Amino acid sequence: MKKMYVIASAVAVCALVSSATFAGSNLDSVKKKGFVQCGVNTGVPGFATTDDKGNWEGLDVDVCRAVAAAVFGDASKVKYTPLTAKERFTALQSGEIDILSRNTTWTLTRDSSLGLNFAGVNYYDGQGFLVKKSLGVKSAREMDGASFCIQAGTTTELNLADYFRANKMSYTPITFDKSSETAQAFDAGRCDALTSDQSQLYALRIQLKDPSSAMVLPEVISKEPLGPVVRQGDDDWFNIVRWSLFAMLNAEEYGVNSENVDKLAATSKDPNVRRLLGLEGIKGKGLGLRDNWAAIIVKQVGNYSESFERNVGMDSPLKISRGLNALWSKGGIQYAPPIR
Amino acid sequence: MAAEQRVKSPPAKAAFWRRPVFRSALFQTLLVLALVYFGYFLFNNTLHNLEQRGISTGFSFLSQEAGFGIVMTLIPFSELSSYWDTFIVGLLNTLLVSGLGILLATLIGFSMGVARLSRNWLIAKMAAVYIETFRNIPLLLQIMFWYFAVLQPLPGPRQSIHITDILFLNNRGLYLPAPLFEPGFDWVIAALGVAFVTVFFMVRWMHRKQEETGQIFHTVYISLAILSGLPLLAFFATGLPLSWEMPELKGFNFKGGMVMIPELAALLLALSIYTGTFIAEAVRSGILAVSHGQTEAAYALGLRPGTTLRLVVVPQALRVIIPQLTSQYLNLTKNSSLATAVGYPDLVAVFAGTTLNQTGQAVEVIAMTMGVYLLISLAISMFMNWYNKRKQLVER
Ligand SMILES: N[C@@H](CCC(=O)N[C@@H](CS)C(=O)NCC(=O)O)C(=O)O
Repeated sequence: MKKMYVIASAVAVCALVSSATFAGSNLDSVKKKGFVQCGVNTGVPGFATTDDKGNWEGLDVDVCRAVAAAVFGDASKVKYTPLTAKERFTALQSGEIDILSRNTTWTLTRDSSLGLNFAGVNYYDGQGFLVKKSLGVKSAREMDGASFCIQAGTTTELNLADYFRANKMSYTPITFDKSSETAQAFDAGRCDALTSDQSQLYALRIQLKDPSSAMVLPEVISKEPLGPVVRQGDDDWFNIVRWSLFAMLNAEEYGVNSENVDKLAATSKDPNVRRLLGLEGIKGKGLGLRDNWAAIIVKQVGNYSESFERNVGMDSPLKISRGLNALWSKGGIQYAPPIR
Repeated sequence: MAAEQRVKSPPAKAAFWRRPVFRSALFQTLLVLALVYFGYFLFNNTLHNLEQRGISTGFSFLSQEAGFGIVMTLIPFSELSSYWDTFIVGLLNTLLVSGLGILLATLIGFSMGVARLSRNWLIAKMAAVYIETFRNIPLLLQIMFWYFAVLQPLPGPRQSIHITDILFLNNRGLYLPAPLFEPGFDWVIAALGVAFVTVFFMVRWMHRKQEETGQIFHTVYISLAILSGLPLLAFFATGLPLSWEMPELKGFNFKGGMVMIPELAALLLALSIYTGTFIAEAVRSGILAVSHGQTEAAYALGLRPGTTLRLVVVPQALRVIIPQLTSQYLNLTKNSSLATAVGYPDLVAVFAGTTLNQTGQAVEVIAMTMGVYLLISLAISMFMNWYNKRKQLVER
């Protein structure tokens, strides 16, 4: 009798476990719950921070808002999960979040062995160094034997090791989980330099006690294409995220922005613009979205240029210039496939 | 009638499968097998599901180069070392901080526990204040306090607090000269070994002698003399085969010597001070559990207070203390995983943190990490149970 119980319960649990495999598309489940769950960082100015009313804003946040605008016609239908570098992939893999938009570098390992897909690049970055001016260092090459504050679970850890190995120099890594701890340790002098993606260095710098006491060294030691990530095996959702980003880039290229979008929708004769705004061509059919999905993104979130300038560019405290992130037609490498 | 008959003839032996012993053994074995199979099945099924979702599985990543640096390693480690090495580095760092923590916490706990019972009002109150304060502040907060409020504000390397050229204290750590052992030093180690063996047998002999004749020996002093004398003798005889490597400020940081990084110091301080409070309470309760009659009887026999404590109270108190001590040791070890809060590279920070994140193999890494904590905890439990048994035999 007892034996029977054991077998019966074992069978029951087996059935349970095997039925727990993933089923259904993310788009359906997102539509059902009524919002997009978006993984962002724990607070890097310009990329994802909360304003004084508790609203999230930033370049990474805008990707999530664009997706919500495309799916729901309402960019505010997003819920945010702040994640440290260490937590982010498991959060996405386990289905806790629908999109990871948290200055995450696209690498072969991540793309091929984590069960994830990178949907595009919303910021081309590279790793740099932040040092105290009082240290008197002008280049990373002079930093043999120095110690570096870094964040655990990042490409930063790996690039730093590579750089020092390649240049036959020694270093000490001081590794923290949260960017706030990393910055605090750097401020207190636990390490000689803070290293991370350059964009984040500017962001962390304005959080120091005395921002003007620190400077960013000229070297960029790695390629860091940062972009939104989704789970592998759900192509419909992947397409929506990817093309939401492309819509913002195409809008900039064709001169469509949040202010003129309504007027252009009514008056424009440019076929590119008309296709973007869902007035002709495939519209939203392929993606399973409404016809004017891209127009809503531009209206509510803005085109790429607006998002960039507002969050990290000249209209923000960070004052980062477009550089690599300028459109391909303006000397940069941001290039979105055509909407047609 | 029937009953009488049964009594006379020996009861027919029940078939073996009807015997309770056999049955309980059978069911227990079955249960264990089912559990093992269930665990195996769960693990396999998980891996299969992960594979289906394009997530790599298996343990082959352990031989891959890790490619990142670690601030403190007890074995040689470079960026070319493998993920397996990161596991060992993390494990050793966890063992180091737990081991040192247990040692310190025990010292603090026993002295504070006894102090709280002291007849000296000031000492007793100070111990009470220590215990009540640190026991009631969350451990994580204490770790952060030591790290961010005490150790980080120390001056930088160039303005180190120092004692001549030997000891340097700054916000990068505590730097001390490191001993460099030269060839003849083996003799000193050997002499120390001989001294230990000698003392061991000598103490046994003295105890027996004392029990037989009542003659009192100064065991402690004689032991100390032998323990320090023999190695010293060897040290001088072999021509001082020891030199010191001094820490020196070179470039950005100190080089050479030994260093205790502030991450370790903060964690160690917090763990031992926090756990020390619980051990102190365990000690106090243990001592109070020994009835006052015992002490009075000892005094009546003419034993002095110190001797009474050592020979009468403590051995009996230990029986109450040890089980509580065991759980405190286990707590301390498990709490050491709060290391990530201040960036001390323990098993959780290095292996279940960075390695997990770089490889993405969460199931394997977490399984290994949990296995390690389980093993460490079981080892501590086993040792303490053994010790407990030994102490209980003392009862007559
Ligand atoms: N691009 C890097 C991530 C870089 C990263 O995480 N940088 C830190 C800057 S110190 C950060 O953004 N931290 C924010 C947080 O932890 O919330 C990667 O993908 O590994």
